[in-house]
Amino acid sequence: MLSRVAERLYWMARNVERAENSARLVSVYRDLMLDLPRGVGLEWRQLVDITGSEAIFDKRYKSAGERNVLRFMLADRDSPSSVLSCLVAARENVRTTRDLVPREGWECVNELYLFARRKLGGRTLPKGLYEVLSQVIAQCQQIAGLLAGTMSHGDAYQFVRAGRHLERADMTTRIVDVGSATLIAKGAELERLENRLWMHVLQALSGYQMYRQYVRRRIRAPATIAFLIQDTHFPRALAHNLERIQQALQPLPRSDGPLRALARVQRMIGDLDVTGLEREALHRYIDNVQLELGAIHTQIESTWLIPQLDEAV
Amino acid sequence: MRIDWQKYDPKGGYDELISSPGYARAPARGLARYLRSLSDQQLARRQRQADLAIEEMGITFTVYSQGENIDRAWPFDIIPRVFSNREWAHVASGLEQRVTALNHFIQDVYTEQRIIKDKVFPRAVLKGSKGFLPQLMGVKPRYGVWAHICGSDLVRDKDGTLYVLEDNLRVPSGVSYMIENRSVTKRVFPELFRKHHIEPVDDYPAQLFDMLASLSPRPLDYPEIVVLTPGIYNSAYFEHSFLAQRMGAELVEGSDLTVGDDDVVYMRTIHGPQRVDVIYRRINDDFLDPEVFRPESALGVVGLMRAWRKGNVALANAPGAGVADDKIVYTFVPKMIKYYLDQDPVIPNVPSYLCMDKNQRQHVLENLDQLVVKPANESGGYGMLVGPHASAAERKRFAALIRKSPRNYMAQPTLTLSTSPTLCDGKLEPRHVDLRPFILQAERTYVTAGGLTRVALVRGSLVVNSSQGGGSKDTWIVDAEVRH
Repeated sequence: MLSRVAERLYWMARNVERAENSARLVSVYRDLMLDLPRGVGLEWRQLVDITGSEAIFDKRYKSAGERNVLRFMLADRDSPSSVLSCLVAARENVRTTRDLVPREGWECVNELYLFARRKLGGRTLPKGLYEVLSQVIAQCQQIAGLLAGTMSHGDAYQFVRAGRHLERADMTTRIVDVGSATLIAKGAELERLENRLWMHVLQALSGYQMYRQYVRRRIRAPATIAFLIQDTHFPRALAHNLERIQQALQPLPRSDGPLRALARVQRMIGDLDVTGLEREALHRYIDNVQLELGAIHTQIESTWLIPQLDEAV
Repeated sequence: MRIDWQKYDPKGGYDELISSPGYARAPARGLARYLRSLSDQQLARRQRQADLAIEEMGITFTVYSQGENIDRAWPFDIIPRVFSNREWAHVASGLEQRVTALNHFIQDVYTEQRIIKDKVFPRAVLKGSKGFLPQLMGVKPRYGVWAHICGSDLVRDKDGTLYVLEDNLRVPSGVSYMIENRSVTKRVFPELFRKHHIEPVDDYPAQLFDMLASLSPRPLDYPEIVVLTPGIYNSAYFEHSFLAQRMGAELVEGSDLTVGDDDVVYMRTIHGPQRVDVIYRRINDDFLDPEVFRPESALGVVGLMRAWRKGNVALANAPGAGVADDKIVYTFVPKMIKYYLDQDPVIPNVPSYLCMDKNQRQHVLENLDQLVVKPANESGGYGMLVGPHASAAERKRFAALIRKSPRNYMAQPTLTLSTSPTLCDGKLEPRHVDLRPFILQAERTYVTAGGLTRVALVRGSLVVNSSQGGGSKDTWIVDAEVRH
């Protein structure tokens, strides 16, 4: 299998997953803004920080109000992580690998792209924006399911899986980072706000119901963090996604380097003790996990996607 | 309403299926009888079925329009065009003869240039050839073959004579549509295939694979063969990916390949670098290797020419084969056949006037309103003058162009291309057609059974190009001796 083809499939999966996650992130943030009283320190600006795109944002916009941030996160073609940009890229990735992707997969990605362009491509964001975002999330899920159900689970599919789960792992850490947001409140009030914050975080990851079923405790910061990071069954939890990446990489040739990088993150996750974890410490921890996830990507890239050829000759 | 062949009128031109009102030509009799048995509605339903099949099978061609590349469904007419196997055997032998002579010619101009020394071919023509690459002097590819894949365009004039209109020796395309047209026709008229003996066409990818494999520098059962494409924005991308799939070869872009210090070509795979033996390249000479040709080309592979000259990789077609894909060189093909093979041409050239010759140029300038004037190195109908349809101003402009660079122009009489019945708004009407058969040559020569028939869907139009309202038809080679 050609490296270029592997690269496109990997990015197709990442882009679809990122579009879904950005849609989720925006939805949860909107809910939070509606639910938390004003003046507790939650700003739209933090959404930009969470996605690590401050530099591009500041170049493009003067103020970080709701309208600008939404536009940036959803429709801005100058931001590679906006929902629309991700879907444009995903469509291009499939278009150039149509031989390997089942026909229905191409059609599905193309339809979603056309839908997003129609809804988000205009000068202003549409009314009923959150309906549009739910639709984007549902169709991204459909694409993942379609590929799982129609594409041979050979090498090509392993790159799709690796891309999807690495992207999801990354976004889960970012959404957990929302929970480390600074709230200006004291005592019982702070606790009440914090719990609401974590409930929204769970909802963003469709994890509220699963948390209730599996954790069976009221929603508190430590238990929620442990659930989203260390649970191996919940499909959007970090540990679960790392396990999936491992399953995807193992059958591929020359997978030592990437697997070693993966093992490092798995150890970090196993070692995490959530009891009494301060907000600052959580934020730092998430930063480190994100760096290590980046290292997995670098390994995948240099081993399979954009290999240096000196070794051959 | 059923078809009334009495009312089908080719208006004095030559029709491929009908010899005179009410009478079908011998190889087409079974088809004409069958079509007569269908009602208009049934016929229209078959065409819809075909359109649907084309959409379903994803047969497309790419047009560039308004800054976007659009995949359009391939325009297809369900009524086949028919040849008798006797006539086709004759045509095929003529094509083989032609490509053989052309390959002799290319090898000769890159080595001894005997044909020039013997004054059969003017040195001035070679000097003016854009496709000639002097840096390749002395190269001898395996079997002495440079043009491994050739698509020659054939047209039939009103008296029924078939002519070669041009030879495409660079990167001819269309063969995938020939194969797909057949599979659509089989879906639409399955009953006809049971009754008639129609030569199959779908062995082309296997023939292509075997031909390419025979070029491999390493004697392997399964040499690594790749199809090199400029990418999805190329108008023939569908075909590149089609042929790669049918041959089981990798479809690669320039960035997938690299040449090592050992002057061997490798492709980047997830298993690490893998050696490549044969490259069926679908990119032009200019873009092949930035080290030798256009330095800014991002489509090619640095060092590819080095690897090829050392014999570490085979390229089909060989770089430099385009020297014979030139409208002026074309006029010398009958002489090449005589010179290298000592034979008379089986299929004639369209009579042509060379503007570089003083007397012929005079004739061209005096008769611009009756001639088609063609530039030496363009393809796809660009830069042409169709005298009878041109304005006085255009003719004046061409007269000036011809005087300025006579080497660059030739002229031919305007032919009345033959017609073939075509479904237009539910009725069968005569429409002009041409034919592009494909010839493979290496150790052996293979000619497709028929080829790609292109049809001008607009009444009276001679333009068969798919981007300009042209369509295509299935082409049948049938055994006319068998009575149906």
